[in-house]
Amino acid sequence: MVMIDRLRTYKKEEVFFSYICVLPIIILAVTFVIVPLISVFWLGFTNWDMVTDGGNFIGLKNYKYLIGNEKFQKSIINTLFFAGVKIPLDLVLSLFIATLLDKKIRGRSFFRATFFLPVVIPMVAASIVWLWLYNPMITPLNQLLSFFHIKPSRWLYDPNLSMLCIIFFSLWKGLGYNIVIFLAGLQSIPDTYIEAARIDGASPNKIFFKITLPLLSPITYFVLLMGIIKSFNVFTQISVMTPEGGPLYSTGVSVFYIYQQAFQNYNMGRASAAAVILFFMILAFTLVQKYIGQKNIHYQ
Amino acid sequence: MKTKNKLTYVILILSLGALVYPFIWMMLTAFKPDSDLYVYPPLFLPRTWHFENFTRVFELIPFARYYMNNAFVTAIGVVCQVGISILAAYPLARLRFPLKNAIFTFVLLTMLMPFVVTMIPTFMIVAEFRWVDTYKGIIIPLLFNGFSIIFLRQFFLAIPKDLEDSAKLDGCSYLRILINVIIPNTKEGISTITLFAFLTWWRQYLWPLIVINSTKIRTLPIGLKYLLSDGGKEYNILMAASVMAIIPVIIVYMILEKQFIKSITFTGIKG
Repeated sequence: MVMIDRLRTYKKEEVFFSYICVLPIIILAVTFVIVPLISVFWLGFTNWDMVTDGGNFIGLKNYKYLIGNEKFQKSIINTLFFAGVKIPLDLVLSLFIATLLDKKIRGRSFFRATFFLPVVIPMVAASIVWLWLYNPMITPLNQLLSFFHIKPSRWLYDPNLSMLCIIFFSLWKGLGYNIVIFLAGLQSIPDTYIEAARIDGASPNKIFFKITLPLLSPITYFVLLMGIIKSFNVFTQISVMTPEGGPLYSTGVSVFYIYQQAFQNYNMGRASAAAVILFFMILAFTLVQKYIGQKNIHYQ
Repeated sequence: MKTKNKLTYVILILSLGALVYPFIWMMLTAFKPDSDLYVYPPLFLPRTWHFENFTRVFELIPFARYYMNNAFVTAIGVVCQVGISILAAYPLARLRFPLKNAIFTFVLLTMLMPFVVTMIPTFMIVAEFRWVDTYKGIIIPLLFNGFSIIFLRQFFLAIPKDLEDSAKLDGCSYLRILINVIIPNTKEGISTITLFAFLTWWRQYLWPLIVINSTKIRTLPIGLKYLLSDGGKEYNILMAASVMAIIPVIIVYMILEKQFIKSITFTGIKG
């Protein structure tokens, strides 16, 4: 009965107009999201190489190859390392700077605007600038090290450092985004909360950890979620700064591996299988994060 | 209390210096002659100010062409993406039709999926359409953007029902309501999403890298990447090209700074 009632309340004209409006995105989504998503699963079971038509069904061979392949394993580890090091540093640093900017200081909007500057500049140009900064022959960074009597480093050419160099660059590039968001969050916390706690004799540290931080949790969650999505997507700076994936493949992340397999080695089937594995990894991460989010976010 | 504030300023200014330093290094290198590049210890200022690096960029690559291509792709991309997002967000926010929730949930889920997952089959489809190495091929596959649809829907939801109802009583069609009531009342949201779309389109990299083959339609990021990989790694010229790629963006940013910051805050708090 209820169902029929609901159906009856649809107005013909309204439904017609709605479908016209959503039609463009439906066509685009079907062609460039749904069909590709289904095909990528199929392609993962083939040995298609872009030259021969379609390729043959080879079962789980691609997956077996990938699981045993050192480069693929490295690409997963590199992606997780990037996310695991960058996201916490990003959160702590941006929150720290945001709390400094939240104090009664002069020139706040100037500081905020300048911190945000690297975010807006194009990634490729920024990567080229940093490639020059990291140049082992002449970098001012080595000059700085020699000032402290530390041996000059080979930066991006050092397999132990290359990923950290990429992470440091990415922090520089993205920090301002989180600072702006955290600052807005901090400024939206009513002063009365902090005032009340201060009158009750709470120390500044206690106020920060017991009041400010819990009230910021929806924003922290948002920043964390964006951080994870961005980390799984990281590609541009890797491709520009280390076009071969760095020394000993130390900077080859998942997207880079898939790109290389598909569009440089033309192993479309194998690359599709890698994309499917990445898809399930992200799915798992999202589910875990949703679970953690539901337990720990406090809304005002 | 006072000394504490001083410490705040010291930390802020130091981190600001570290943040701005790469820009200064870029600017100064762009004016250095080849002979000043690899001297040790590194020169901070060029010994002679050398402007030829900038003209060399135009001799080495069709830089102006790359700029125009980027502007073209960005303009079409932004207008189309924002346009179809507005169209879709309106019924999703304010009208009733079957499958509405299913469509909404689907759009929401696409936001979590990285492009790389669907990239390979998307390339197959684009090849099937004979769109490889065309502007169509660069733009159309990237037009669907879940984020802008969801974000605009949030804004459209916030409009009071009365406004819509009075327009309905006046006999306005749904299209009229969208144009005369919804859009004028959500200018802030629409300009925010336009700014976001501009930033994404201007720096589009992975997909153009795959789809573009000829120099004729290369966009700026792709052109810069090839200047780096095909050129002789002459860093003074690379820095001159970077300066020319970065400075216009910085100027736009300085003019629209307030709008930028507000946009980021909006999406951060609402999202």
